[in-house]
Order: sequence, then structure tokens, then C-alpha cells
Amino acid sequence: MGYMEILIGGIFVNNILLAQFLGNCPFLGTSKKMETAVGMAMAVVFVLVLAGVITWVLYAFFLVPYKLIYMRTIAFILVIASLVQFVEMFLKKSIPALYAGLGIFLPLITTNCAVFGACILNIDKELNFMKTLVQSTAYAVGFGLALILFAGVRERIILARVPKPLQDTSIGLVTAGILSLTFYAFKGMI
Amino acid sequence: MAKTFTQEFTKGLWEEIAPFRLVLGLCPVLGVTTTVENGIGMGLATTFVLVFSNLLVASLRNIIPSKVRIACYIIIIATFVVVTELLMQAFTYPLFLKLGVFIPLIVVNCIVLGRAEAFASKNSISFSIADGLGIGIGFTLSLAALGAVRELLGANNLTLWTTPTSVIGLQEVFGASFEPFAFMVQAPGAFVCLGLMLCGMNLLGSK
Repeated sequence: MGYMEILIGGIFVNNILLAQFLGNCPFLGTSKKMETAVGMAMAVVFVLVLAGVITWVLYAFFLVPYKLIYMRTIAFILVIASLVQFVEMFLKKSIPALYAGLGIFLPLITTNCAVFGACILNIDKELNFMKTLVQSTAYAVGFGLALILFAGVRERIILARVPKPLQDTSIGLVTAGILSLTFYAFKGMI
Repeated sequence: MAKTFTQEFTKGLWEEIAPFRLVLGLCPVLGVTTTVENGIGMGLATTFVLVFSNLLVASLRNIIPSKVRIACYIIIIATFVVVTELLMQAFTYPLFLKLGVFIPLIVVNCIVLGRAEAFASKNSISFSIADGLGIGIGFTLSLAALGAVRELLGANNLTLWTTPTSVIGLQEVFGASFEPFAFMVQAPGAFVCLGLMLCGMNLLGSK
């Protein structure tokens, strides 16, 4: 697989939210307003790329040589949790403006399945270092794209008259289904 | 506390049934429910983790310092997820392959961490086990229900369990002439189907 294929595939065809169903809690939770959606998308892009690269290095140079592959789940979740904490402290000190923008979304990322899932998928596909970097970036951009598109649609739904039982999450899920259908059309690209 | 053991158990089955009422832990709900079998397997794996992490969190609740509690909970949960992973690899390997990435993902399932934080850290051991069992079985039932709707309409089958030699379940439920509605087993169908089921739950609940 070439780099371009991985990039396009990760953003559109195997979109992490709409085709692989990872990270759905923040997808539904933060998409009611455009502002929060953009904040969440930026935070995920930041952490997912870092986490993807770091977990790959940890796996290839530590877990495999010492035959600790079965500890993968614990090791990865610890790496992600401490990475999120570290990024939070770093941003608070050096880039306060960005920190204020990301705000509460950073700590939430620890339990975002998109980040953890993407790391596991990278390892399962046995990608090399550069491909892991490209794949993580593609997943992160795909997550941001889908989240921001969805938030745009959802802001319009608030103005529409929705039947009572369908309101809120219910109509949100149906909308996500239709959005997912449009991404499904990209299947033919690769 | 006036609540009894049974009440803690049954609240997870309807009042606080996790995927529908709290809208938590949606990734496995959407991702694995292409068949009833996957739904039940995923649900039972989650129940196992939920019961044991609740048990351990409740028994350590006076020892864990509140500042680092989330990190401690995550390690406890991750440990039981690894146990589940290894057990499933040993005893139900085909199912383990089908569920794939969603088994390690139980670690970041909001329901498990949510119950540890909201319930097990404040209640006694027996109540926490009841809560874990109730929420877990409620989760399993929701997954099985969604899996049943999707498999019936999308593949015209109803698989309950696959053994190496045979399949327990129904084949061609609507007869051979029924044209499967393939949209349902694809990604978009999962969202739409869950959305409509949630609508149905709201309709029932409002009466």
C-alpha cells in the first residue's frame, strides 16, 4: 500500500467514526455546538498522532523483544493516559491560548476509543513506522472531518421540528447513519 | 440506604439500561452487532469485566487516594480486560477473531469506568456486584436486541451460537424468497437502526 492510499483510505473509506465505529461517545456528546466540536477535533488530532507513534515505538522496541505482547492493552492505556496528562501540562505552561481552547476536552481523550482503537489497529495491520505516522494522521483528520460535518448538520436540526420521541440523540443517530451512507460511497475509491 | 440487592440489580435492566438511557459505550453497540451471537459474546465479555472491576474497586474504595483514583480504576479495568482477552483466545477463538479490536476496547468503554466512578467507589461490595451484573446483563440484552433486528432484516438469519460443527439458531426466518435488506448489516444501518430503536424506547417510556 502506498502512502497516498493509506491517507485517502484513512480519511474517507475507513473513516474511524463512520465506518469503524470508534469514538462514538465524543462524536454524539460534543457535536451539539460547532465550537465544542472544533475543540474536540483539534484535541484528538493532536493526541492521536502522538499516541499512534509512541505506542508503535513502545511495541516494536519494548514489548516484542521482551515477549510482553499480551500486556499490550495495559501498556497502551497507560501510555495514552500519561501522554494526555503530559500534553495538558505542557500546553498549560507553553501555549496557554491553545490550552484554553482545548480546555475540558483533553482529559476526556483518555477514554476516547478512537485513540486507543487506532493504536491497536496500527499494530494489528503490522505497519512500519512511517506508515503508522501517515495512518494515524489520516485517522485523526478523518475523525475531525466527520465530527465537524456532523456538528454543522446538528446545529440545523435544532431549528427543525422533530417529533417528540425522535428528539435529541435519536435523530442524531439517524443523521449519523445518513452521513455514514455518504462516506460509504467512497468505498469504490480504493 | 433503602435500596435492596434486587433493586440494584433490576435497575440496570430497564430504568438505567446503559446504551439506551445513558447513551454510553456506543462503539461496541454499533460495531459488533451484525449478528446476535456477536452481540451476546461482546455483552458477556463486558459483563465479566464490569462485575470484577466493580468488585475490586468497591473493596479497595477506602484505600485508593481520591486524587489518583481514575488512574487506579483504569489499571484495574485493564487487568480484567487482559484476563478476558486471554480467556477468549483460549476457549472461544472464532468469536475472539470476529470481535477483534472491540475486546481490548472494553478498557475505554465509558460504561465500565462510569460504574466504577459513579457507583462502586461509593457502595458496599455486594451492592456493587449486583450493580455490575444488572448493568452488564442490560447491556448484553440491548446488544442482542440490536443484533437480532439487524441480522433478521439484513441476513434473514438468527444465529445464537456457533459451535465448530454446527450453528444453533434459525436460518431463513422469513422464508427463502425474502430478499435480505443488506443496508442493515452495513455501517450506516447500525446508526439508523439504533436511532429508531431509541425512538421506540422513548415512545414506550413516555406512556
